[in-house]
Amino acid sequence: MATKPELISSENPKGMTPVVKTVVRFAMGIVFMFGWYIIIYGHLTPGGGFAGGTILACGYVLLTLAFGKEVALAKMSDRAASIIDNSCAFLFVAVPLVGMAFGYFFLNFPPHGKPFDLVSAGVIPLYNILIGLKVTSSLFAIFLALSIFGRFVSKLVEEAEEEE
Amino acid sequence: MVETFLFVLLIFMIVGSIIAIETKNLLSSVISCGIVGAAVSIAFLMLGAPDIAITQVVVEILILVILIRATITIDNTAIEAHWDTFAVVSSLIFFGLFLVFAFLAVQELPPFGQPLMRVSKEYLQTGLQKTGAANVVAAIILDFRGYDTLGEATVIFVSILGSFVILRRRGRKRRTEADTEKVGILSEAEIREDYGDLRE
Repeated sequence: MATKPELISSENPKGMTPVVKTVVRFAMGIVFMFGWYIIIYGHLTPGGGFAGGTILACGYVLLTLAFGKEVALAKMSDRAASIIDNSCAFLFVAVPLVGMAFGYFFLNFPPHGKPFDLVSAGVIPLYNILIGLKVTSSLFAIFLALSIFGRFVSKLVEEAEEEE
Repeated sequence: MVETFLFVLLIFMIVGSIIAIETKNLLSSVISCGIVGAAVSIAFLMLGAPDIAITQVVVEILILVILIRATITIDNTAIEAHWDTFAVVSSLIFFGLFLVFAFLAVQELPPFGQPLMRVSKEYLQTGLQKTGAANVVAAIILDFRGYDTLGEATVIFVSILGSFVILRRRGRKRRTEADTEKVGILSEAEIREDYGDLRE
């Protein structure tokens, strides 16, 4: 989904300073690409679903901190995060159940392919992608819950300060 | 060489954790926790575990950002410390017991690598043919030890679910007066009153 240009422009008063926004505009694509690289190459190089998913969640947190919550919520809203989290958790049980049709639970049923190829190792890349998406959405949802939706008490404190 | 470096890192970690416990400012305490995390990640890298080093450093960054967000928004950065004698004495007793039994148990352990590590040898020798994954860590956690990962994913899922239930701003059901009396939940006006009093 394309972001509205006026939201990520340096003139937008929300978020951090123009220096930070300019750097983040350049770094953003690299951060997300690195996260997906760690996830997709998880069965060949060090890393995997959890590490790559945390990098992607860091990318969304960076977007939230630099440009304000509208930009990050347009990329992944809290509802989308919860749907992705739930469906990935479901699929992580469903794929081993498919293996049960071929033999037993958690069977690596597809052909393994040539070692060191990108498409190899059967279901392991699929598990990596599922775990990566699940970790991304759930960690970003926790960040949203703690920093944006959890403002209830601190907002009341601010109001009490203003009244004084 | 590696051992010397690890000892330096260990001293670094211990100093960082002591600062994190003893400092009065919550923000500097959080940053000292970050020192510990960075040192742990370098130690994992030195010990030849790049998978865990990557995960450790990334999770540490995310947790540091979340904790700084949380500590800055909640305006409670100065903590008054006081000693709880019973807690200190009981932890010392338990720590002493642990040391005694750990010393006894370690003497019974076989030397490192002695029972020839039958299970891990099997994984290292046949992991590539059996799973086709070049990264043997991925082969172990997602194929040989798939149930472990399933349990781990369940733990993450349930903990996220629980924290969402606690942290969400308003529930599905509208809160009524009867609930406030029955369960003892503070109403908005009461919270405002409490925090107003605390500010003074």
